[in-house]
Amino acid sequence: MHFLATCHLPLATALMRFPTHSSPHMTPAHSVGRMMRRVLYALVPGTLAMAWYFGWGVLVNVSLAVVLAVGFEALMLLARKRPVIPTLGDYSAVVTGWLFALALPPLTPWWVTLVGIGFAMVVAKHLYGGLGYNPFNPAMVGYVVVLLSFPREMIQWLPPQTLTDPAFSPTAVLTAIFLGQLPAGVSWDAITTATPLDLMKTELSMNRTISEIREHPLFGAFSGHGWEWIGNWFLLGGLWLLFMRVISWQIPVAMLGSLAVTAGMFWIVDPDTFASPAFHVFSGAAILGAFFIATDPVSASTTPRGRLVYGAGIGVLLYVIRTWGNYPDAVAFAVLLMNMAAPTIDHYTQPRVFGQKPPPTRRDNGP
Amino acid sequence: MSDITYREINANGFWHNNPGLVQLLGLCPLLAISGTVINALGLGLATTLTLVASNVTVSLIRHWVRPEIRIPVFVLIIASVVTAIELAMNAFFHELYLILGIFIPLIVTNCAIIGRAEAFASKQPIPKALADGLAMGLGFTCVLVALGALREVVGHGTLLSDAHLMFGEAARGFSLTLIREYRGFLLALLPPGAFIALGLLIALKNIIDSGLAKRAAVRAPQPAEAAG
Repeated sequence: MHFLATCHLPLATALMRFPTHSSPHMTPAHSVGRMMRRVLYALVPGTLAMAWYFGWGVLVNVSLAVVLAVGFEALMLLARKRPVIPTLGDYSAVVTGWLFALALPPLTPWWVTLVGIGFAMVVAKHLYGGLGYNPFNPAMVGYVVVLLSFPREMIQWLPPQTLTDPAFSPTAVLTAIFLGQLPAGVSWDAITTATPLDLMKTELSMNRTISEIREHPLFGAFSGHGWEWIGNWFLLGGLWLLFMRVISWQIPVAMLGSLAVTAGMFWIVDPDTFASPAFHVFSGAAILGAFFIATDPVSASTTPRGRLVYGAGIGVLLYVIRTWGNYPDAVAFAVLLMNMAAPTIDHYTQPRVFGQKPPPTRRDNGP
Repeated sequence: MSDITYREINANGFWHNNPGLVQLLGLCPLLAISGTVINALGLGLATTLTLVASNVTVSLIRHWVRPEIRIPVFVLIIASVVTAIELAMNAFFHELYLILGIFIPLIVTNCAIIGRAEAFASKQPIPKALADGLAMGLGFTCVLVALGALREVVGHGTLLSDAHLMFGEAARGFSLTLIREYRGFLLALLPPGAFIALGLLIALKNIIDSGLAKRAAVRAPQPAEAAG
C-alpha cells in the first residue's frame, strides 16, 4: 500500500501488477479498472433516461462508440507494442467511447462516430502516450473535432420523444444511422429541431424576451422539456460516484456553483435577456460535464484547492461561451481550455507536505 | 562552414536542415496558406525566388557591409526583392495574387530568409549562396506542397484544384476529384488542421531519420558513423 501512497500518479502505478503472496489479502482501494467500471455504472441511469426521451439511437450510438473505442485502443496498443488485453481491462476506452456518444445527436451517421472516436483514441490519447499522459480529455477532443468538421450532422437533434413514436423502430434507427435513410414519409427537415440552448440563443438574437421564448413547447419547468430529467438522472449517478469516493466534491461543486453564480449575476440585472441559473445548470451537458467529464482523473487538476479553481474556471467559461460565443453549448470547449490550464493550476496550489514548514512568503525570505 | 560542398548544401536544404520541418521557420505562411496545393506552390516558388535573390545580393556585398548595420541592410534588400516579386505576381498571376493576398508582402517577415542571409550568405561566395537559396527555397516549397496536398485531400477530397491560376487555362483539367460526394472535413482546412498536419509530417521525418540511423549503425558499427 505504501507504494500507492507515495507515487505521484496512482493511475500509472495501478497499471503495473504486483503479485501478493502474504496476508492480509486486501483488494487495493484504487484500481483503474474498478474506478472506470463504477463510472460506467453511474452513467447507466442518465443514459437510459436519454434513450427514453430520444429513442434507440442513443443506445446504438453508445454501443457503436464503445466498440470503436475499444477497437482503436487495441490497434494503438498493438502498434505501440504494449500489452493489449491487460490494458483493455482498465475500461478507460469504454468510458471515453460512452461519454463521446452521449454528446451526439440521436441519429448521427456512423462515420461521424468513427472519425470522432478515431481522433480521440489515436491522436488525443495514444500519440500523447496513452492513459495517464494525455493532457486533454480524449472524448471531448473527439467531440470538438466532429463538431467543428461536420456542423450539419451535429445539429440534427430531434425533439424529445419523436423517436419513441412507432415510426422509429430499432430497425429504422439502424437504417438511419448506418445507411443514412429515414423511414418512408419522413424527412430530416421535418423531424430535426434546435436544442433548448440553441433555440434560446437564436430567439435572443432576434430580440425576444426570455418569458416569450419560454412559451415554446420545447421548454419544460426550468430547462428544456426532457433535458431537465436527463440532467437529474446524471446527477443521481454523479452523487453515487461522490458517495463511493470515485470523484471528489471540489470539481462538480465549483463548476456548477460558478456557473449558477455567474448566470445569477446577469439574470438579476436583466432577467429578460439572460436565462436563469436553473436553466443553465439543467441545460445541455452541464451536469454530465460536472460529474463525469470535468472530473477525468488524468486531464483535470489534482490538488484539492486546484480542483476548486479548475472547476470554477470551467463554470465561468461555460457561461461565457454559451452566452456570447458561436456555439450553443460549451462544455467541451470549457473543459479543454481548463485542461490546458491544469498543470499551471497544480503548480501554484501544491498542498503543504505533512510535517514541513509552510513555504516562506516573499516578505520573510530569509538571509 | 567555409568549405561546405554543394552536396551538403542540397542535403541541408531538402532534409537535414529543412526550413519547414527542422528549423520551423516561416511557420506563418506555411500554416496559413497551405490549404490547397496550388496556393502552397505559388507561395513556395515566390519564397524561393526571394531567397535566391536576397542570398545572392547579400553575398555580393558581404565585404562592404559593416557588421554593426548588417541587419537593417539585409531587411532593406529582402523588402525590395519582395516588392518586385509582388508587382510581378500582380502582373502575371493576378488571380493567384488576389488569393494569396497579404501573405506575399509578408514574405519579408519570413525568418527563414533573413536567417539564411545572416547564417550563410553573408559568409559565403556567390555561387554557394545561390545554391543555398535554391536548396532552402525548394525544400521549403516541398514541405508547403506536401502540407497543401494533405490538407486538400483530407479537407476537400480533391487535388490540384484551381490549377489554372498557376499554369494557365490549359491546366483546368489537372484538378482531380479523389473522393466523389465527399462532405469535406473542415478541421483540415482550419488553422488547427495545419498545425496537426505539420506535426504529422515532422513525426514522419523523425521516423525516417531514426530508421536511417539504425541502418547506418548496423552497416558501420563505429560510433562516429552512427552519430552522423
